[in-house]
Amino acid sequence: MKFSLGPILYYWPKATVVTFYENAASSSADLIYLGETVCAKRKELLLDDYLNIAHMLREAGKQVVLSTMTLLESPADIRQLKRYCDNGDFLVEANDIGAVGLLAENRLPFVGGSALNCYNAQSLKFLLDQGMKRWVPTAEIGERWIKKLTQHPHISSVRNNYEIELFAFGQLPLAWSARCFTARSEQKPKDQCKACCINYPDGRKVNSQEGETIFVLNGIQTLSGNRYNLINEIVNLHDFIDIIRISPQSHDTLQWLDLFKKNQHGLAPQTLPNNDCNGYWHGEAGKDTSTVGTALLP
Amino acid sequence: MELLCPAGNIPALKSAINNGADAVYIGLKDKTNARNFSGLNFTPEKLDIACNLAHQNKRKLYVAINTFAHPNSQHHWTTAADIAIDAGADALIVADLGLLDYISTRHPSTSLHLSVQASATNAAAINFYEKNFTIERVILPRVLSLQQVTHLAENCTIPIEVFAFGSLCIMSEGRCYLSSYLTGESPNTAGACSPAPYVRWIEKGDVLESRLNNVLIDSYSENENAGYPTLCKGRFDIDGTISHALEEPTSLNTLNLLPQLKRIGIVSLKIEGRQRSPAYVGQVTKVWREAIDMLNVSPDNFSVDTSWKTKLKGLSEGCQTTLGAYEREWQ
Repeated sequence: MKFSLGPILYYWPKATVVTFYENAASSSADLIYLGETVCAKRKELLLDDYLNIAHMLREAGKQVVLSTMTLLESPADIRQLKRYCDNGDFLVEANDIGAVGLLAENRLPFVGGSALNCYNAQSLKFLLDQGMKRWVPTAEIGERWIKKLTQHPHISSVRNNYEIELFAFGQLPLAWSARCFTARSEQKPKDQCKACCINYPDGRKVNSQEGETIFVLNGIQTLSGNRYNLINEIVNLHDFIDIIRISPQSHDTLQWLDLFKKNQHGLAPQTLPNNDCNGYWHGEAGKDTSTVGTALLP
Repeated sequence: MELLCPAGNIPALKSAINNGADAVYIGLKDKTNARNFSGLNFTPEKLDIACNLAHQNKRKLYVAINTFAHPNSQHHWTTAADIAIDAGADALIVADLGLLDYISTRHPSTSLHLSVQASATNAAAINFYEKNFTIERVILPRVLSLQQVTHLAENCTIPIEVFAFGSLCIMSEGRCYLSSYLTGESPNTAGACSPAPYVRWIEKGDVLESRLNNVLIDSYSENENAGYPTLCKGRFDIDGTISHALEEPTSLNTLNLLPQLKRIGIVSLKIEGRQRSPAYVGQVTKVWREAIDMLNVSPDNFSVDTSWKTKLKGLSEGCQTTLGAYEREWQ
């Protein structure tokens, strides 16, 4: 089993991003995803900056993947997407079917991100035929769904032709909109947002009127209020998950990466902190926490 | 420009036809339908009746099979497609890659409309679907500005359908998991957002609470109208300020954009609301029929009639309307 760091979903200052990846270079991560996946207006780092970081990480022995935007709307978004796809060097994660189209056209292998709708064996087979080499399942499908899907006779014989990477830690991306909710929370229209999401390194919490954190605003993206955390499930994943993805947070990301690695054979189970969840994995509401996976706790 | 209206049952279908819909879209009574609400939608027998009714009146009937097939029951989705094709549907509205592949391979002469649930928001995505499947039309998600819609209409060869009126989905459709995050069921997996079995209204003194799977979505004082707890339209707390953090209860209304939509070559205007009553469908259809007819008769002198506005406002969520993402200021 390998471990990856997903793309940074939040908008952090350039210096913070650079420091994060300098630390990541000497971390225990095997794979690292880079790039802006949420909003084209975020310009602290441009593609060239990401490519510089990518080379540095590769020299440190990491496999690097360039991750692309999820909601592509304007011609400028597509031009930028083409630059990512034509980088000529690094594998690309497609988070929109438009990216799948560009990559397939150039016969380039790709990672299929979790925002591609792949819910069944026929869809998975179709994406593999387009050149997908690694699949990150949609957040809302769990263990049973993924097992049924991959073991389906339509697709089971080619299981060795692709990897499965599971989003296992971090606030889950749940929705994308034309509207910038962070700007709205500051009573600013999107066109005058002043990239205010840079002031919220872990997004902005949306609580119910009873104080329960329901969502986290991250610009045009809505994330889960609770943090997804499959650290205690990891021991059961070896036979069908190839890569565990840790989604960067502003604090303790690499520490959690180490904790996951430490517990991969169940030797260091963790008591889930309050506001961590694993419901999707157990076929329940995403925000819920099932105790099934925590049976190994002392 | 086609006026495409919703129907959740035979009376609504008749109401749409009688009030001037050019085409009507419906769905089967099961998980293959992204408006899978109890008490609504069509059995295979009713689907036959609906097709005959539409065709006798020289209207078109489209069938939405627009959720995503579950891993061990793909046959359920392919069977739904076979049923709709056998019934004589004029087009199928589909989002699932596997199902698109099945229909374009097995039934190459079937008209396929790319469902909004496929979330094709850009030319690269639209071109990909067009190249790989026999798509005859794409339905754009409600996340694009009018300028972006115009660009797609000018640069894609495939005809474009847009949402004209009805409930406003503010997220990129087909990629929104907010509902399953709170309830375990989403439009993609179960065909419903904020599904009714999880909804509770609880009176606490003078306050009425609306809850979804026990999460408080909104609370209403005595003089407020309580709405359905659609999770993106609740009132929430951000750092001590309580507001409609994502969106207010409101409906999309593009009457003002009608001339531009015609000018850029939009082929079909979709009215949302397969979950609505036959009376609602009839009233909305009537207004839009009048508006499109007036535009066709005098394209240079078109203006929005005040009575249309008033009628549509009264039929809208929270009695207010918006241009949604078509207008940059909304974003």
